[in-house]
This record gives sequence, C-alpha cells and structure tokens, in this order.
Amino acid sequence: MARMKFLCDADRCIECNACVTACKNEHDVPWGINRRRVVTLNDGKPGERSVSMACMHCTNPPCAAVCPVDCFYQTADAVVLHSKELCIGCGYCFYACPFGAPQYPQVGNFGSRGKMDKCTYCAGGPEADNTAVEYALYGRNRLAEGKLPMCAEMCSTKSLMAGDGEVIAQIYRERVLKRGYGSGAWGWRTAYNEDISV
Amino acid sequence: MIAQPITARLLCSALAALTLAVLLVFATPLSAQTSGGQPKSPSGSNPTASSVNEQKLLQELDRLSGRVTVPNPQLAMLEQPQGRSYQSFHERWLPWIGGIAVLGMIAILLVFYLWRGRIRPTPEERSGRAVVRFSAFERLNHWMMATCFIVLAVTGLNYVYGKRLLMPLIGAEAFADWSQWAKFAHNFIAWPFMLALLLMFILWVKDNIPDRYDAAWLRAGGGLFGGRQPPAERFNAGQKLLFWSVIIGGVLLSVSGVIMLFPFALVDLQGMQIAQYVHAITAVVLTAVILAHIYIGSLGMEGAIGAMTTGTVDQAWAYHHHPAWVERQRRGQVQGPTIGPGEVPAS
Repeated sequence: MARMKFLCDADRCIECNACVTACKNEHDVPWGINRRRVVTLNDGKPGERSVSMACMHCTNPPCAAVCPVDCFYQTADAVVLHSKELCIGCGYCFYACPFGAPQYPQVGNFGSRGKMDKCTYCAGGPEADNTAVEYALYGRNRLAEGKLPMCAEMCSTKSLMAGDGEVIAQIYRERVLKRGYGSGAWGWRTAYNEDISV
Repeated sequence: MIAQPITARLLCSALAALTLAVLLVFATPLSAQTSGGQPKSPSGSNPTASSVNEQKLLQELDRLSGRVTVPNPQLAMLEQPQGRSYQSFHERWLPWIGGIAVLGMIAILLVFYLWRGRIRPTPEERSGRAVVRFSAFERLNHWMMATCFIVLAVTGLNYVYGKRLLMPLIGAEAFADWSQWAKFAHNFIAWPFMLALLLMFILWVKDNIPDRYDAAWLRAGGGLFGGRQPPAERFNAGQKLLFWSVIIGGVLLSVSGVIMLFPFALVDLQGMQIAQYVHAITAVVLTAVILAHIYIGSLGMEGAIGAMTTGTVDQAWAYHHHPAWVERQRRGQVQGPTIGPGEVPAS
C-alpha cells in the first residue's frame, strides 16, 4: 500500500485556481465550502508564491485526536477520512488542523454548524464505494476507481502532485536539483514530520 | 623624458582593461546560454529563485497567511503548526488536569467524610424554631443555576471523557447521537446559566464583601477541622470564597463560551484556541469546587440542605454561626422575614 500525500511545488503554481474548481465540480461541493484553496503569500511583492492547500492527510492527524466522537479514521493508504453520520459539528478539528482544512456548511450561529466537510483525497467516506449515498455525503470516490485526486490530475503546470509520498518526493527532488531552487515542500514538516532533503 | 615610460605604462594598462571589458561583454551571454541557467536581472540575482521559503517563514511567524480569492476569510490561513499544540493540550494535558481536579476533589471529600463524618449541630444549636435563610426567589435562582451547572458540567465533561469512558460501553453511533444532543444542551443551557449568574451576583454581592469576621474564620479553618465554627455575618469566609469562585469562574466561562458559540465573530483562530484553554481549565476547576459545595451542603453538614429547600434553618444554629446576621435581622435591618426580639435563645 502506498502512503498517499499531496505536494504543492509553489515554484510552479500560477494561481489559476483550476484545482479549486475541479474539486468543487467533481464532488458537487456546496456553496460556501472549499475543500481546496490557493493561498498567495507575499502577494504583489518580490518572492511571491502561491500554494494550493487542502487537507494534507497528516501522519498522527490532529483532527482525529481532538474529535470528541472519534469520527475520523485513516485508510490503508493513510488517507484521513471521517464519518458525517458521527460528526456533531463541534468545530474542534478546525482549531487543531494546521491547514484549515475542515469546513462547515453553516457559520456563526449557536454552534449548529452542521456536519464537517473536508478534502477526502477523492476517496469518499465510510459508506460503500461509489454508492449514491457516499457521493451525496463525500463526493466521488476516484481512488476506488484507480484514479488519483482530481485537483492534482487537473493541474496545468503539474505544480500540485498527489500520489505515493516517496514517488512525488522524488519528482520534487529532481525538479529542485535541475532548476537549482525550491521554496520547500509546503506543510510536509507539520503534516508528516519530515522534509524533502535535496 | 621621465614622463614617457609613464605614458607607455598607462597605455598598456588601458589596453589591458579594454580587452578584459570586451571579453566580459562577450563572455557573459555566452556562459548564460551554455549553462542553461535562469535569465539574470541587471543586478545579477535570479528573481525566480529568490522566493519565500516555508521553513524560514515558519521560523519567523507562528502562522502563515496570505490572500485567497474564495469568500471565507478563515481560508487565508495557509499553515498554523500550533494546531499541534492545541492537540497536545486537548488530548494530553486536559484529560489529566480534569481528572486530577475532579477525582482529586472526590478523593479529598471521601477522606474528609471518613475522618470527620457528618457535621451535626450540637444540642445548643437546636431550638426547634425555624428562621428564613433564603427567600423563594434566591432559592429559585440557586436551583436554576444548579440545574444549568450540572447539565453543563456533564455535557462538558462528555467532550473530553465521553469517547474514553462512555463510547466503549454504548458504541460509536449511540454515543454520537448522545453527544449531538449533549452539544445542543451545552450550547442552549449556557444562556439560563448566564442569567442565573447575573441574578446571583445582584442578589448576593452585598453579603459577600469581605468583612472583619473573615480573617478569624479562615484562621480557624471554618471549624471544619475541629473546634467551633467561628462567627460570621450572613455568609462566612468559606461561602464568600465559593461565591467569588462561582462569579469569577462563571464570567470566564461565559465570556470564553460566547466566543466559542460565535466562531470567529469576535476573535481569530488563535483566540478560538485560547478561549478553549480558558473554558476547559476554568470548567474542571469550578466543577471540583462545586463538588465540595454539594458535599458540604448535603451529606457533609446535617441541616444545611434545608436552607436551599424550604429556605429555613434552625434559629439557634443561625445564631451560633451567623450571629451578626441574626442581630441585623432582629434589628430589622434586613428585608423579608425577621426574628422578633427575645426569640433567640441565650447561648
């Protein structure tokens, strides 16, 4: 089994937001919820970089640790998924998540924020693979179809990579060696407690 | 004649410099083309390579934020490694702090009960006549707060200990259903709790200002560890400590709780985390304090519960423990039912 990870090569990201749109379209994500977004750092200044960020599917995920109803689980591919049947919408996972991945359909009321929604690595949820109920709750299960996440597949500059951590780390390492610079594997130290040494 | 060699030397130097310059002019684009490197700016730096670097940014900043084109402003936060600190507080520290506070207090109360037993009034503290200690409104407000506090404490402890203690017993789905209702109860019962807190402050603050009896009462340990209970006004120093614990703790819980009820309306992500730290620690400490209050008000002291049920206590008991209050009542300086002159037995 592979250890699935995301890697955004910020030196290639052109902030086209195709990953954001692809994700929304693939999963019929409701209004107001963004499972993935592109954050631009140092906008308009020298050294500006854009990073596409979603759930990083952490090792020892903080969301799963703080969840009061234990609704999270990790698949054999190390993808972090959750059960919307169990979720009570308390919001703890958002405070714990280093990447702001958990989203809630309602905001700013008496704590009834609705069931949490987040990136599933295009791997659905606990329901049976590719069923209507799974699609309605979590979106398409591309991993069960043998496909990689839509965001990375759509990336026009191949900045966003998804797949086995070893493989995408090697691709990134070769890129950095060839072009002579790299702004880092964003989020890897926080998510996986490792960095890509070049 | 001396000038000639100098001129020749200067000419030679100038020629050499010119040759070098020409060589450099041709050599620079040549090397750039062959090495396959990045185009260089006039300053010689590579603007593409000089970008923000994640590890350097994280050394300087706690959180990385930028600009997003999606409407949710919370998503402008790219990375907050302190989420791991929140995780460590929530899962490593809080269960221990809460466990030590709550179980520790229960253990202390158990030891106290086994050692001291039930504190009973002495024969001279029994007159058989009742005196009103708390008005109906005071009692109603007390029980509103008590009911709210118990609901809030149980549903609050469920956030931390439910998955550890209850979930293995009833299963994940039943536990999730219960927790959903517990969350609603926690969020809505918070409002009558805050109302009761406000009313309690208004009703009792005037009787809880420190006075001349408090130091002696505290020095004697309130008579809890043997000896007579020192005299007091309407409330003794122990009751005052409880009152101020409830008021200060209640305000901390209310402020941090309202912040959590309206996520990001008042504070940012770090503020939300701090609100949880304050809320959780205050809650477990206050729960321990209230456990002691429940004990001494019911099992620990015979006759004490009457003050909050029927609202009356024995006149002689009141005179022994709260002589200044009884005197004040007798002089008619307090509102409500009073004790007539001569009704208080001589001690």
